[in-house]
Amino acid sequence: MTQLLLFNLFNGLIVGAFYALMALGLSLILNLSGVINFAHGGFLALGAYIAYTLMPLCGFWGALLIAPFLTSILGLITERILIRPLYGRDPLYSLLLTFGLAYVLEDVARYIWGAQSLPFQVPASLTTPLSSQFFFLTGYRIFMVALVAAAVMGLFFILNRTRLGIRIRAGTSDLETVSSLGVNVRVLRNLNFGLGIYLAGLAGVLAAGMLGLQPTIGTSLIMPSFVAIIVGGLGSLPGTLLGGLLIGVASGVTTVFFPSATEAVMYVMMGLVLLVRPRGLLGEEGRIQ
Amino acid sequence: MSAVDVARQDGIAGLSAAERMRNHRLTFIVWAVLLTMPYWMGAVGGYTELAIRVVIMALAAMSLNFLLGFTGVLSFGHAAYFGLGAYGVGMMIKYVYPSTLLGILVGVITGTLAAAVIGGLIRKLRGTYFAMVTIAFGQVFYFIAFRWNTVTGGDDGLTGWKRQPIDLGFVKLDLLASDTLFYYFVLVMFALAVGAMALILRSPFGRTLIAIRENERRARFLGIPVEQHIWLSFVISCFFVSLAGTLYALLSNFTDPRALRWDMSGNFVIMAVLGGMRSFWGPLIGAAIFVVLQDYVSSQTENWMSFIGVFFIVVVLFFPRGVMGLLNRRSAK
Repeated sequence: MTQLLLFNLFNGLIVGAFYALMALGLSLILNLSGVINFAHGGFLALGAYIAYTLMPLCGFWGALLIAPFLTSILGLITERILIRPLYGRDPLYSLLLTFGLAYVLEDVARYIWGAQSLPFQVPASLTTPLSSQFFFLTGYRIFMVALVAAAVMGLFFILNRTRLGIRIRAGTSDLETVSSLGVNVRVLRNLNFGLGIYLAGLAGVLAAGMLGLQPTIGTSLIMPSFVAIIVGGLGSLPGTLLGGLLIGVASGVTTVFFPSATEAVMYVMMGLVLLVRPRGLLGEEGRIQ
Repeated sequence: MSAVDVARQDGIAGLSAAERMRNHRLTFIVWAVLLTMPYWMGAVGGYTELAIRVVIMALAAMSLNFLLGFTGVLSFGHAAYFGLGAYGVGMMIKYVYPSTLLGILVGVITGTLAAAVIGGLIRKLRGTYFAMVTIAFGQVFYFIAFRWNTVTGGDDGLTGWKRQPIDLGFVKLDLLASDTLFYYFVLVMFALAVGAMALILRSPFGRTLIAIRENERRARFLGIPVEQHIWLSFVISCFFVSLAGTLYALLSNFTDPRALRWDMSGNFVIMAVLGGMRSFWGPLIGAAIFVVLQDYVSSQTENWMSFIGVFFIVVVLFFPRGVMGLLNRRSAK
């Protein structure tokens, strides 16, 4: 029993790390540009498929390095052509547009790579269990958690220590002032979008190694990411991270006791948070308007 | 856009005689088309079931637009209440008592109650945050329908039930035998719902909703309890959308989790936008275009998703005001 609980706890932590990685990208874009990027899951799938295509050429490690970058470039182009005209308009429009884009990306993936699930090989050195008693502690799982942690630290480093990151944070709190100080807001939004999509691409490569590769991989991860943002609190990236891990662990633990409520539990959590603290666990005051 | 234009588009105060005339003419045309639809639908390559689907989706889109266009609140999760209506009617007829009208009643009550509870949780949220929370909440019911196999039929959907004849005392309506009869039954429901919505929008309450849409802060300063109004508008909107959901399930004698998934919510929103959110009849036009296009394209190609996706993008980039917006602008020139 303890082992089962531990197994699911750890599983939940990994899934939560995915949610968090994806939700952080969503959050970045939402905070700076006010765009709910529904196509985030589509980019995640694209990242995974690009990695799949690259693997025969440059191996798992090469793909892990290159695929998120390529995805992010696609993100930059998308933002430039499709999303930029919508800034300043009702958020309804960008939501609808990315909604349509999510459809297109899923269908493109299905068209190019097929609807059936593809095997995604991770290096053998990562798949062997590290301990015979805790069979679920494979190297890949530990590696994933470590990599997500590294990515999150990298993100916070960028946001706190680099010029771009500081501008992003400044723009999040007051875009107009940042603009009048001479920062090119268009470029800032573009790069910020690319950064968010990079995280989606990275999450895609990692998720493919664990869940297998199919065109709907993104759509199954995007809803929990929304929940993660809401639970964690709008406008707070540490909140988003916390929210993702929390709902991941919660649904992992629920799997042990009440399997059919695995998904429902995160929505119950969301309801409770909204009831008790509408701005989310770490949300800033006044941002919900 | 000046305030006068806004007023003109909304059909609120300050309508000129010509504009009022045009609104009346539009209403007349809409009803003439709807009343005769089963008789010419076949001649233009359609079929009665398609006509029924147009009316049901129009009701759903107009219900959503009550909130979206006339209260200015962005809900992206209306499929949840649509689907609850659908499951409500199906489960009532299958498990409890075989009556169409009772089933509709149960479906509508289920959807409305859920909306009342969830609306209470989210009435303080605005804009993108509101949209995101409604999307997320929509998924709860999807997962319940999907997982609770024994009762809801899970992924395969709820089957094994049929719409029942309605006994009015002096005449018995066999809704199952004739598609045309069912069309007119749906149209009567549609007329009642749409008439009620028009009345509500014309009442002081409806005007207050429009005031909140135009300037929430000013409305608040005038002492209007904004949260209460938004909650009530949300519940009313969901009441009508769950009615549409019950009719949708009755149409195919079937419902499945897709009726309450997020893509259905997106479809409602695009119908409203495509037709014109600021017009009462706009969503009906949007729904008609969407449903007919969906029927045609999915019979022609397997890549329906790409098509609809590009369609969303094109509408957003090039027709953000929708068909009615285009028509109004043209005639204003």
